Amino acid sequence: MSTARLIAPRWLPPMVGLASVVALLAVVELLIRVGLINRFIVPLPSEVATSFARVIAEEGIFQRFLQTAWECFAASILLATFGITIGVVMHRLPLLRRACETWVAAFASAPLVLAYPLFLVLFGRSTTTIIMLAFLSGLPPVILKTLEGLSATRRVLINVGKSFKLTPAQQFWKILLPSALPTIFVGIRLGMIFALINVVGVEFLINFGGLGQLINELAERYDLPGVYAAICFVILVSVIFFVVTERAERWLRSAA
Amino acid sequence: MAEIGRLTGTRNGLGFATPVALLRAAFVLTALMVWQVLAVSGLFYRDVIPSLEKIWTALIALVSHGDFYWHLGVTFQEIAVGLVIGALSGIAAGLILGGNRFIAAVFEPYLYYLGPTPKIIFFPVMIMWFGVDSGSKIAMGALSCFFPITLNVAAGMRQIDPVLIRVGRSFRAGPWQMAMKIYLPAMRHPIVNGLRLGLGVALIGTLLAETKLSNRGIGFLVIQAYNNFDMPRLYAVLLVLFVLAIGVNALVARFGRLDEIKYK
Repeated sequence: MSTARLIAPRWLPPMVGLASVVALLAVVELLIRVGLINRFIVPLPSEVATSFARVIAEEGIFQRFLQTAWECFAASILLATFGITIGVVMHRLPLLRRACETWVAAFASAPLVLAYPLFLVLFGRSTTTIIMLAFLSGLPPVILKTLEGLSATRRVLINVGKSFKLTPAQQFWKILLPSALPTIFVGIRLGMIFALINVVGVEFLINFGGLGQLINELAERYDLPGVYAAICFVILVSVIFFVVTERAERWLRSAA
Repeated sequence: MAEIGRLTGTRNGLGFATPVALLRAAFVLTALMVWQVLAVSGLFYRDVIPSLEKIWTALIALVSHGDFYWHLGVTFQEIAVGLVIGALSGIAAGLILGGNRFIAAVFEPYLYYLGPTPKIIFFPVMIMWFGVDSGSKIAMGALSCFFPITLNVAAGMRQIDPVLIRVGRSFRAGPWQMAMKIYLPAMRHPIVNGLRLGLGVALIGTLLAETKLSNRGIGFLVIQAYNNFDMPRLYAVLLVLFVLAIGVNALVARFGRLDEIKYK
């Protein structure tokens, strides 16, 4: 560990990473220009870079971003509300928990997004379909993490509450919930990641809404540089989302 | 309290009638009853919520027809090939990242943040690269499972007990022997777990690609039932698919744990 740090200063790895990405793009550019890669299959990286401005200006990317963000936000609110409530109820009723916890875990491993045609029939080709699918796909981790957090409350804290003769409601709001909050947030973050993946994925699949649809539309127009630029944009947005929620999670953990 | 006492009392006589089992049965029965009431209530458009008999008939029709198994075979093959490609490259990449701190510091952030992005958006690119047939679906599966497998293997390699590595070194094991006799056996849990996660996302990637553009596979059956507005069949296909997906996932998880018991 210490030797590694002596050899490599902190700024070196990110720099090398960036340099390798640039080098890779340069090699691809060269191979296409030489003709070893067909430019009708892989567009020139420089062309992709220049089409960024065009995609942003002509495709209403800001509007689309807002639409996708709104869908994610709505799904997250639903996730947090229902996930935490169900988790708390299951924690309160041990019998219910024993009956259903494995079901929730199994539900988590079901490829729910494949039911999107069903949701199309139930809710129409609309924002509701996207939000509902994102909400349901992200629900299991929130429930499971809420349960985990509440069950991991330290015995001492519960006993302190008892010695103060707290009512069950006080016990919950003053002891259980604050102690479980960091773990619950881990669940909410996981749920939000699933929600984001599903929002963009379903937008792409049903050709409706925000950023996901943009990729589908550009692909159908055979605007290859545009497709690559839009994909890069979506990845950028999701990475920013992960970094922000990760920071929030770390802050919450250190505060608790 | 008396109720529970009586129920636990009967457990000795009737092994299956535990409170948990009864509650589960009650849930299932209620759900089925509510479904049936909704189906016959006429609150929804015809067949949006088909009656249980219709779904059952569609399910029997689906699984008793040879076509279904052919489509299942196609999808299975695509997922299997995708998983093998993704797993081999993922394990190789994971071993490189796990074995060298500098390389990990350089490239792992990219993988870590690319991992949870929606993979299906790469499908148009995959079609251009690998064609509209199975190739692009296999590519989707491989691309999806590469990330969780790589990250799990890399993390698993860093968690190996250094004593084991020193034992290998003191026996003057070569790089290949180190990999086969020390690293891989010590890492079977992260590898199995990575494969389980990878299988889940490879399944989703492949099937979603099939619903978007294909003429075979389970994903195609789903979208075909939707296009024909054959709702009972749509429910039947999804039901079979979910049961298979959950079952395979449980099986792999069980497999990983069986290992643990055997070696410890």
